[in-house]
Amino acid sequence: MTDQEILDLFTATLRDLLMDDAIVLTMATRREDVPGWDSFNYINFIVAVETKLGVKFKVADIEAFENVGAIAAQTKVLLGGSS
Amino acid sequence: MLEWLPNISDFRGELRAATAEQDPAQRLERLARLAQHRLSFLETIQLDRALGSAMATPAPGFASIRLAILASSTVDHLLPGIRIAGLRRRLLIDIHTGNYGQYRQELLDPTSSLHRFKPNVVLFAVAARGTIAALQLGASPEEAEKAVTQSVEDLRALWRKARDTLKAGVIQQTYLNTADPVFGNYDRVVPAAPTRLVARLNDRLAEAATEESVLLLDIARASERDGITAWFDPARWLQAKMEIAPEVAPLYGDLLGRILAAQRGLSKKCLVLDLDNTLWGGVIGDDGIEGIVLGEGSAVGEAHLALQRYAKQLTQRGIILAICSKNDPAIAEAAFKDHPEMFLKRADIAAFVANWNDKAENLKLIAERLNIGIDSLVFVDDNPAERARIRQSLPVVSVPEMPADIAHYVRCLAAAGYFEAISFTAEDRERAGQYAANLEREALLGSAESMDDFLKSLEMTVAYGPFTPVDLARVTQLINKTNQFNPTTRRYTAEDVAGFVQQSSNITLQFRLLDRFGDNGLVSTMILRPDRARPDILEIDSWVMSCRVFGRELENEAMNIAVETARKRGVKAFRADYIPTAKNSLNKDLYPNLGFTPMNEEMPVAGATRWLLNLADYAGRQTQIQRKGV
Repeated sequence: MTDQEILDLFTATLRDLLMDDAIVLTMATRREDVPGWDSFNYINFIVAVETKLGVKFKVADIEAFENVGAIAAQTKVLLGGSS
Repeated sequence: MLEWLPNISDFRGELRAATAEQDPAQRLERLARLAQHRLSFLETIQLDRALGSAMATPAPGFASIRLAILASSTVDHLLPGIRIAGLRRRLLIDIHTGNYGQYRQELLDPTSSLHRFKPNVVLFAVAARGTIAALQLGASPEEAEKAVTQSVEDLRALWRKARDTLKAGVIQQTYLNTADPVFGNYDRVVPAAPTRLVARLNDRLAEAATEESVLLLDIARASERDGITAWFDPARWLQAKMEIAPEVAPLYGDLLGRILAAQRGLSKKCLVLDLDNTLWGGVIGDDGIEGIVLGEGSAVGEAHLALQRYAKQLTQRGIILAICSKNDPAIAEAAFKDHPEMFLKRADIAAFVANWNDKAENLKLIAERLNIGIDSLVFVDDNPAERARIRQSLPVVSVPEMPADIAHYVRCLAAAGYFEAISFTAEDRERAGQYAANLEREALLGSAESMDDFLKSLEMTVAYGPFTPVDLARVTQLINKTNQFNPTTRRYTAEDVAGFVQQSSNITLQFRLLDRFGDNGLVSTMILRPDRARPDILEIDSWVMSCRVFGRELENEAMNIAVETARKRGVKAFRADYIPTAKNSLNKDLYPNLGFTPMNEEMPVAGATRWLLNLADYAGRQTQIQRKGV
């Protein structure tokens, strides 16, 4: 997946999760930038992405992700680095 | 998971269309139809958010439940799955969750938010960690057993507290066995090994629950089916103290939804089976009776036999079987009589419909013939086109999406949980025989000159008396399952019913109908309570009758008995309400037909009517039923 494809998937997932089609994610977006993206919905988001892509993030990574870009980068690693 | 529900191609589009619906009742209907599909964890959350705004207005045809969850771990991620499972069954579930781990305080403090919430149902969802932590691995068998006893007794006290102070029904979740083996295979013989302790706790929990009439939400069993790795994710536990993995939340909700529905009499009652390529392999019309694949010797033949065996087991617990097949009726019936490998016999089938008509029409016919609601049917057919047709034209019928391989039919049908039970009574055990006897009664009716002749030839006797402790389970079951002959449709728990009996100013009556073909069992109950202002007037709070004995004049004889019993107590009059539902139109004229007169009072429910009977004016109804007091 390309960076853009991952970003699109993240955006669609978060829009569905929070029922908010106005959400636009960039690699620099942080959780606190998106209203409603609290710690509970962070877990929900992670689970939804894991289910869609068939990957599993490490707890250490989930705790450390600073922004969407960090999640995307780790997603690429888990998908085998192919782009 | 939820593999028996059909997939949906454009969930997002359908959801958008449903939420855009202006009329709130229509919006809720559309959301309820979406809930009939196999939804992922994320789709379940989305549908739940849409439901949130639609739930505010009370909706006709939907029942409300107030559920409190008392948990020792995070349950927030489970709530959408619970609400959607409710929606799937036309139940709108309002949920209260306390702070996790605070449930004890909440329960004990009468001013807590839990008490203010006034739940009808309390679910205890606690983990076994405390019990395990309190024991050393080297503990003796006695010490281990003592710890288990202590845990279970502690819970028992909480159940009682919930029941007494909240007046709520109690559901206890079994312990998920999340512990890892310490000794390996040897774990099972070490008394204080955590995996063994949890298994023991669950055994003892089941015993205590039986004693206390508490229902079990058996996630321990469910997790055995899917594997503990599916149910418990250590990462989610560490991150958010979620004992149940979010991915299984839709299934968890469905398991709970089944119990809540069963408590309200919404479990399915009848399994309708197709014949060709469902009950046997091949097409009997083409292949002939000797050409169908059934029985030992072939994997396919054994798979069809396994489905027959499972269906037979269901009849032994009181589920009714019916056949709905596009076939020549003579050829179809011949298979039951003449095929040596047929496990199901013709007498196991309460309604047998084989013809070339539309199956939707035939399902209506089956429901009518069995005197049950069409929403009590589960329709199993290998043909996807027939399934789609029924879902389209009769959405209230449950139509499981069957697996492509017949080998998996039984597992799929069992996992779907359509026939969830909350008791297993003598009536359930005997129901199959009673339906077989009904076939004989029908044959008799066909040969009788008149209805009166028929009723006379049945040689009926009613055995009656007040409720006794032995009948409590059946009385409660009948009150909660009966929809058609039920003028007030009030649902009561076993404790409520016991409470009515204790109040000596009440009259409770139970009726058992016997005839020349056998005992129909306890088929009708009545609860009469004195009016607060006028104790010489009794109100018919609840009166239910099983559809199995409709058309036998039992309502007349029951009223004769009720009037005589009340007269002996000096009661002057009966007051009775008819509160219409989607299913009880049968009772619309029940009271005027029995000689009651309208009171013309303003009623809180549209279409409801209130009736009065001066007992002095009541002339006993003539019936063909003899009496026997018990």
